[in-house]
Amino acid sequence: MSQHALVVKDKTLSGFWAYLMTDLVLFATLFATYGVLRNNIANGPSGKDIFDMPFVLVETMLLLTSSFTAGLAMIALHRRQAKTMVMLLLATFALGAGFLGMELYEFNHLVHEGHSWRESAFLSAFFTLVGTHGLHILVGLVWLSVLFGQLIKKGITEHTERRLLLFSMFWHFLDIVWIFIFTFVYLVGVM
Amino acid sequence: MAKTQIHTPMTHTGSITSYIIGFVLSVALTLGAYYLVVNHVLDGTKLLATIVGLAIAQLIVQLIFFLHMNKEAKPRWNLMVFSFMVLVVFIVVIGSIWVMYNLDYNMMPKEELEQHMIHESEKGF
Amino acid sequence: MLGRLTLDALPHDPIVLGGVISMLGGGLAAVIGLTYFKKWKWLWKEWLTSLDPKKIGVMYLVVAILMLIRGGVDALMMRTQQATSVDGSQGFLSADHFQQVFSAHGTMMIFFVAMGLIFAVMNLLIPLMIGARDVAFPFLNSVSFWLFVSGMMLMNISLMIGEFSAAGWLAYPPLSGLEYSPGVGVDYWIWALQLSGIGSLLSGVNFFVTILKMRAPGMTLMKMPIFVWSCLGSLILIMFAFPILTATLGMLSLDRLIGTHFFTSDLGGNPMMYVNLIWAWGHPEVYILILPVFGIFSEVVATFSRKQLFGYTSMVWAIGAITLLSFTVWLHHFFTMGGGANVNAFFGIMTMIISVPTGVKVFNWLFTMYRGKVRFATPMLWFMGFIATFVIGGVTGVLMSVPAIDFQVHNSLFLVAHFHNMIIGGVVFGIFAGITYWWPKFTGFKLNEKLGASAFWCWLIGFILAFLPLYALGLMGATRRLNHYDSTTGWQPLFIVAAIGVLFIAFGLMLQVIQVAYSIWKRKEYAVDSNDPWSSGRTLEWATTSPPQEYNFASTPQITTRDAFWEMKETGKSVFGKAEDIYIPKNSATGVLIGITAIGLGFGIVWHIWWLVIVTGITILALLIQRLSTDDTERLLPAKEVAAIEKAHGGITA
Repeated sequence: MSQHALVVKDKTLSGFWAYLMTDLVLFATLFATYGVLRNNIANGPSGKDIFDMPFVLVETMLLLTSSFTAGLAMIALHRRQAKTMVMLLLATFALGAGFLGMELYEFNHLVHEGHSWRESAFLSAFFTLVGTHGLHILVGLVWLSVLFGQLIKKGITEHTERRLLLFSMFWHFLDIVWIFIFTFVYLVGVM
Repeated sequence: MAKTQIHTPMTHTGSITSYIIGFVLSVALTLGAYYLVVNHVLDGTKLLATIVGLAIAQLIVQLIFFLHMNKEAKPRWNLMVFSFMVLVVFIVVIGSIWVMYNLDYNMMPKEELEQHMIHESEKGF
Repeated sequence: MLGRLTLDALPHDPIVLGGVISMLGGGLAAVIGLTYFKKWKWLWKEWLTSLDPKKIGVMYLVVAILMLIRGGVDALMMRTQQATSVDGSQGFLSADHFQQVFSAHGTMMIFFVAMGLIFAVMNLLIPLMIGARDVAFPFLNSVSFWLFVSGMMLMNISLMIGEFSAAGWLAYPPLSGLEYSPGVGVDYWIWALQLSGIGSLLSGVNFFVTILKMRAPGMTLMKMPIFVWSCLGSLILIMFAFPILTATLGMLSLDRLIGTHFFTSDLGGNPMMYVNLIWAWGHPEVYILILPVFGIFSEVVATFSRKQLFGYTSMVWAIGAITLLSFTVWLHHFFTMGGGANVNAFFGIMTMIISVPTGVKVFNWLFTMYRGKVRFATPMLWFMGFIATFVIGGVTGVLMSVPAIDFQVHNSLFLVAHFHNMIIGGVVFGIFAGITYWWPKFTGFKLNEKLGASAFWCWLIGFILAFLPLYALGLMGATRRLNHYDSTTGWQPLFIVAAIGVLFIAFGLMLQVIQVAYSIWKRKEYAVDSNDPWSSGRTLEWATTSPPQEYNFASTPQITTRDAFWEMKETGKSVFGKAEDIYIPKNSATGVLIGITAIGLGFGIVWHIWWLVIVTGITILALLIQRLSTDDTERLLPAKEVAAIEKAHGGITA
């Protein structure tokens, strides 16, 4: 890589890191709101009544595994093993989509039971916090699809490599946010 | 353009071993927390403290084994920005909860406050 | 098809209609002018699609000044209303219209004037001062600017179609909730802020990386100009405070759109949580605005005292302390909400502590002047005015940090006077000092000094007349946002004085417009004969041509000391080498298109026109994917051509 390309890569990765920090502050605001409102269940259910823990554990494992495969894909990228990398990224996509599907199922189920975000402040905060994370996952999946398109068209170049690295950072951080959702929303919710 | 050495979080892609270690540890920490809560092994504050501790441990595991934050070259900008973020998150989350709890306590309707006092005095000192 | 939008949304009120007509008239005049002089292509190629931060900075400046005039008209209307609406007279504004006017004034002045001015100076100066060619992400910079513009447009559209928020500049619920504000006003407010806020956040990240990664070799952090340090503090605050705003506005919007219960008064919602969160953003925001201005004054006072800045290291520590502490004082905006003594005492003490580093800075500036060869050019006048007004504002601020005193003056005009002391006496004066100081650098000619000085005196006298009476009124019990009161209160004479003060300020602003126009007309006469027109410039921007070329510096400077340019003049040893090959970002229309589409997106959400939301949402996504899949975004300017350009313009390597 030329010096110029290295400088661009360095700037971009640092900038994206800084952006991720700001995103975490956004999540922190939602966490703070959830923390303040979590006992305000009005006449609706509490976390204990609605959380299906084995289901959530499976969800958590899916996302954790997808973070793992995304990391392995970056090693393959580094070693220029294009086929392995694509397989691992496809696995990441599938696991992420599975996670998102399960989350949508959970939301849909709750709404059908009559426990939508309109019912209480607790449910508003729950849907918004978990939903914002889900929205990020969706963005990640769309992003990954676009990257697949670029890989088919251009192969691994300095540009696609940089973008893949950014994606993997994004994906690892979404898993880190989920650790805290899993702990503070679900585990603390059923304690 | 400055000819400084290039240092970013992802320059060290790490090894397969590091990812496997990170993954196994994360799974173990997740299952551990899950087990403790579902089977009510501890109670109250102790349980809360433990699962929060496990979550923070998993955060550190992933930062090291997935994001290789310990391998960043000096000056460790990413680490510094990350630390400041943690500080702000701490201030905003803990601060908000403290402020709002304090408000709820002080603005409690009279009957509720009496109930609360009785409840507190029953607990003893 | 059109959601909530019907013909009723068009303005009925004659005063609003007047505003709309004058705005549309101005727009139409601009369109005719551009067509007549065949300037459309020039505008598009040289400005709108440009990724050059210096041009983006100028565009920020133009937008912010136009909005300053609009916000100023709001101020005039409020002062006229309050001076005349006594006893039998109801003034010339209806209660609802008056509420919209003060909400619009606050929103406009903070988000589209002050923030715009701050980003203008950052764009213009940060790359130049650190010896860089550009910002870290030139395209992102353009997107930020156009999101800022789209928020501004949305807010101005509210004047023509529908209404603006009547819930104050921070729109506290439950008043801003659906139950008490069922109209589109609050939605306009939310989305104007949301769009420009996301733009600010992206700019924050962009300039943060620029400062950390793109400094010229040898320029360690402790060799950076103090202006860059102060911007760094401000940018860190932007990065960590604006996400709080985004999330909070998002939740308020969800309450209004899909019926969540975050801040409603029923089903467990908690309006105070909104107040808590909005100030967790809002207090850092105050420092986001004031820190860069501290930087401007530091440069100005050093240059015009022909001395090194006194206490550089203590300045840096003061900036750092303010950056951190500003996250720990937000509750002083709502001492009266009913928290306990412990909470109020904690935040009261933190507030007193944060005034210490600010005090350190004031003394540093004064000591810089001490025994310097002070020249009282216009920027220095603004500085002197700033010291006087800002210290008054600071003292009243510390006064209010005592919770017991705050209970007395909370929500009164005393508070209004205090923060105008900080924002006008601080931010606005500082930006004016900066504009006058750096004007020759970016245009090649100076501004008329006489008109500048007269404008300053109008502003200063106007400011004193307009705001000192408000302190007295506040202590006499006048609350803010009153559209009517009884003459028995004895407030009217002071309100009249305040209204006269605003007239002085308006006159000062007019003189400034004349000053700029006159100086442009006489630009040949006022042309500067060197790249260092004040002949005592200290920092790198004075080393390059006036105006600077798009690449800023033909060669990357090698820095060894603080105040690199001053040192270069003293020792005669240039920090520059031979011209180099330079990468320059190509123009991009994507930023403009995203901005225009974002207006549609915001408008669609405000009026519940869902098809428009979907169409514009997909368009923005497509534009982004298209741009982020483009690899070819830069062109190379060979060293030979750079050298030729430098030679033609009397540049540094010539």
